[in-house]
Amino acid sequence: MKSINNTILLEDERVDGADKVNGKAKYTAEHSLPNMAYAVFVTSTIAKGSIKNLDTSKALTMPGVLDIIYYANCPAVPGYNPVAAERPKNVSEWRGYKVLYDNKVRFFGQPIALVLADSFENANAAVRFVKAEYEIEKFETNFDKARLDAANLKSPINYKRGVEKKYKELPNFVEAEYNIPIEVHNAMELFATIAYWEGDDKITLYDKTQGPKSTQSTVARTFGLADKNVRVIAENVGGGFGSGLRSWPHVAAACIAAKKINRPVKLVLTRPQMFTMVGYRPQSWQKVGIGADAAGNFIGISHEAISNTSKYEDFREGIVEASKFLYACENVDTKYSILPLDVSTPIWMRGPGEATGCFALESAIDELSYKLKMDPIQLRIKNFTAVNPENKLPFSDINIKDCYAYGMEKIGWKNRPTVPGSLKENGMLIGYGMSVGVFGAGKGAASVRIVLSNDGKLLLECAVSDMGPGTMTSMSIIASDAMQMPIQKIKFKLGDSDLPPGPSQGGSGTTSTVGSAVDLACKTLQQKLKEMAIQFAPAFAGSTADAMEVKNEMVISKSNANTKIDITALLKLANQEKIDLTIASNGKTAAQLKFTSNSFSSHYVKLAVNPTNGSIKILNVVTTGDAGKIISPKTARSQMIGGVVGGIGMALTEKVEFDHASGQITNASFGAYHVPLHSQIPPTDVWFVNKPDVNMNEIGAKGIGEIALIGFAAAVANAVYNATGKRVRDLPITPEKLGYKTTKA
Amino acid sequence: MKPCTSHDGRRGFLKKSASIAALYLTPSSLVKAFAVDSVIPTPIAKEKLAITINGKLMNLEIDARTTLLNLLREDLAYTGTKKGCEMGQCGACTIHINGKRTKSCIQLALNNQNNKITTIEGLSDGEKLHPMQAAFLKNDAFQCGYCTSGQIMSAVACVREGNAKNRKSIQTYMDTNICRCGAYQNIVDAIEEVAKTGVKI
Repeated sequence: MKSINNTILLEDERVDGADKVNGKAKYTAEHSLPNMAYAVFVTSTIAKGSIKNLDTSKALTMPGVLDIIYYANCPAVPGYNPVAAERPKNVSEWRGYKVLYDNKVRFFGQPIALVLADSFENANAAVRFVKAEYEIEKFETNFDKARLDAANLKSPINYKRGVEKKYKELPNFVEAEYNIPIEVHNAMELFATIAYWEGDDKITLYDKTQGPKSTQSTVARTFGLADKNVRVIAENVGGGFGSGLRSWPHVAAACIAAKKINRPVKLVLTRPQMFTMVGYRPQSWQKVGIGADAAGNFIGISHEAISNTSKYEDFREGIVEASKFLYACENVDTKYSILPLDVSTPIWMRGPGEATGCFALESAIDELSYKLKMDPIQLRIKNFTAVNPENKLPFSDINIKDCYAYGMEKIGWKNRPTVPGSLKENGMLIGYGMSVGVFGAGKGAASVRIVLSNDGKLLLECAVSDMGPGTMTSMSIIASDAMQMPIQKIKFKLGDSDLPPGPSQGGSGTTSTVGSAVDLACKTLQQKLKEMAIQFAPAFAGSTADAMEVKNEMVISKSNANTKIDITALLKLANQEKIDLTIASNGKTAAQLKFTSNSFSSHYVKLAVNPTNGSIKILNVVTTGDAGKIISPKTARSQMIGGVVGGIGMALTEKVEFDHASGQITNASFGAYHVPLHSQIPPTDVWFVNKPDVNMNEIGAKGIGEIALIGFAAAVANAVYNATGKRVRDLPITPEKLGYKTTKA
Repeated sequence: MKPCTSHDGRRGFLKKSASIAALYLTPSSLVKAFAVDSVIPTPIAKEKLAITINGKLMNLEIDARTTLLNLLREDLAYTGTKKGCEMGQCGACTIHINGKRTKSCIQLALNNQNNKITTIEGLSDGEKLHPMQAAFLKNDAFQCGYCTSGQIMSAVACVREGNAKNRKSIQTYMDTNICRCGAYQNIVDAIEEVAKTGVKI
C-alpha cells in the first residue's frame, strides 16, 4: 500500500486554484477571436407543430445583423442527411433533432432560427423581430397523465431472478409509489460554443463540454471532417453535472453559422435556454415492493419505473439497477419503461438513474424497518452482501459497514426516536434519517503523454476535461506519488482534443481511468530512467532495473542508497533534452474482471420540522464514502459536500413546472427554480473509508462524484418521517406535502 | 417556403457555404440598416462613458444598450466577472460600484458615468492574492470556479459591511450568490476566517 508522502505535499491547494480565485481562468465564452460574430437563438413559442412561415425581413434590416439562419437557408450539413447510403463514409447521422434543418417544432423553446450580428446587443435586438407563424399540432407534456395509458410506454426492459412479486407473500412488506419531477443541472457557466473554420475542412471550437474527444468526434462525423482537423478546447468547465456529456444542437448551430458567414461565431445560451437545450434529469414514477421474513431478511424486491424521454430520441438510465444487487435478496424483479413526451431530451444528471432509484429503494427500506420494528441501519446490515447477487461476482471491496459505524456515531443516531414525531427540541420536531448510495466503478482506456525535461519538470497530458472536481490536482498527486517527486514540479494539462485521448468526465470514472494511465505512464518513465542509468551512468553499469528505484528526483540503487544520480543529471549525461512518451492504459485486466466494482456511500441527516408551518431545516449532515483510496482528500471532501448540497436541492427545492396547456416550462430561471442557497446548508461532516481497493485498479481509487448525491434525498425523506410521522414519496418535500397550507400571494 | 431538404454531402456544404459567406463579408457599416418600419429603433448611436475600472480611468464610446457585465466581458476583456443568468438572480457577475457590491448584469453600463468599478482582477495587488482570495484557495471554497469571482466580491463586501459577524449572518448576506457545485460550507469557512483576523480588507 502506497501512501502519499506529506513532505512533498505541503501545499494541498488545487493546482489550478489560484487562477480561479483571481479571475484569470478562462471559460468557453471568454475567448475572443478577431472578427467574431455573435449568435442568438430564436426559439419556438409552441410545443409541437410546424412553422408555416418565418419572417426574417425586418430583423435582417436591423443594425449589425449579418444573417439569420433557419430551415429555408440552412446549408446542407452532411450529417443531417437521414439517408445512410447518401452519406459519405466518415459521416454519421446527427443524433437528436437537427437544429435549423426543418420547419418542425418538437418542444416549446426549440431553436428555430439563429440570428448573427456584429455585436451581442445587435443580435439580441434583432431576435424579437423574427416572426414565426405556426401550424399547431396536438401535444403532450403531462407525464403524470400520459403514464397512466400503457400504450404511451415504450421499450420496457424486464429483469427477474427467483419469483416475481414475491414480496406480496411475506408477512412484512411495503409497497409504495415514488415520484420525482424534472430537475435541471443548471451549472453556473452557461453553455457556449465558439466555432472558427480555419479552412474548408478544418475547424476549431471552444466548447463547454465534459468530453473534448467526444465533441471532436461528433463534429467530425457530422461535417465529414478528419478527427485531426477538428480541435475542441475546453480548458475550464464551469460545472456540468452530466449536461456536458454530449454535443447538443447548439454546437452544430455554431459550426453551421461560422461556415455560412465565414467568420468565427460565438453562441452563448441563456439561463432559460439551459432548461430546454442541454438536458435534465427526467421525471420519473417508481413503484417499489419489498418484503422480509420475521427476522428482517429481504426475500423479495420488485421495482418498477417509468421515466420520460422526448418524442424524437430515447433516453434511459440506471433507475432500477441498485435494487438488483445492493442487498442480498433471492427474488428480485424489475421493469423499466420510457415515456416519450413533447419535450426536449433528458440526459444523465449527477447520480443519474441510481439517484432516482435509490430514493425509492432507500425510502422503502426505511418504511419496512418501522413495520419490522427494526433499526434501519441494523436492517441494512442484516441484508449485507459481499457478493453481487445479480452477477454473482464478489465486490472488489466493500466497507459499507464501516460507514454505518462512523455515521451513526457522528450524527448521534442513539438520539433518534423510534416513535416518529415524538422528539422535540426548542419547539421543533426533530428527526433522523439515513440512506445508502451505490454506483458502478469503472476503469476505461486512456492515453497519457509524459514528458520529463532536463530542468526536472514533469508534464502530463490527456484530453480529459475538468468540470470542477479537481482533476488536475488529483492527477498531479497520483504522478507525485508514483514518481515520489514534488507536486510543484508537475503539470497536468487537459481540456484539449489535441492531447492524447482520454474519456469524457462522467460516471465517476476520471480518477480510475485517467489516474491508472498516469500511474502507468510514471512507471514506464521510471523504467526508462533506470535503463538510461544503466546505459549512461557508470555507477549503474551492469546493474539491473529491479535493483534500482526512482524517487526524490533521483535514480537510486536499492542496495546502496549512496549509488544514485539526479534525473536531470542523467538526462544531461545521456545528452537528452527530455524523455517524451505517450502511454496507453487499457480497461480492466482479466484479474480485475473477476470482481465487480462499486463505490458506496451512506448519508445521515438530522433535521427540524417547524410544527406550525411545516418548514424543514436540515441541522446536520454526515456523509461517508467507501471508494477505495482517496487521492486528494481536500477536493474529495469538497466533492462530497457538493453532492449533499445537490441532494438537498433534489429533496427539498428543485422541480421544473410546466404549463401543460402551452407545453411551456414556467419556472426557467434561478428566481423560480430553486437551487439550494448558502443559508439552507447545514454543517456537513465528510468521512471516507480511504482504503485502497487493490482488486479494482492499480491505484486503488474509485470515483465519488455520483455516490456523493445518490441516496441523499431518501435520508432527508426518512428523517422527515422520523420527525413528523408523515411519509413523503414525492419530491421535493414541501410543507404542503406535510399537510400544511401555504399562503398564496 | 420549402424546408431545406437537399443533401449534397460534405463538399456541397463546404463550397456552398463559402460562396454564401462572401455576400456577408460586406462591412456592416455599408449594410442598409435603416428600415422604414417604425417599430424598428434607429441604430443606437455610440454614447460616451467615463468610467474608472480597477483604478484606470477609461473614456469609452459604447452602445447604449450594453450592460455593465457585457461591457466588462465582451468589450474590455475583464472576463473574470462571470455571466450566469443575466437576471440578477445568481450573483456570478457581482462587482463593486463605488465600493458597493452590485450585480453587473442588470446594470446598464451608461448608468455608471464617473463611477469607480472594482472587478475580481482589481481586487488583488499584482500577483499577490487578496486575503479573501487566499482564504478561498486555502479553504477549497470552490470547485468549478465559475461562481467564485462573484462569491469573492460579495464576500469582501459582506465583511466590509459588517455582516460577517457569525456563520448565520454570513450565510444570510451571501444568499445573493449561488454555487451549484455546492461549495457553500467552505465559502463560509473562508469568509469567517478572514473576518476573524480583523484585518481591514
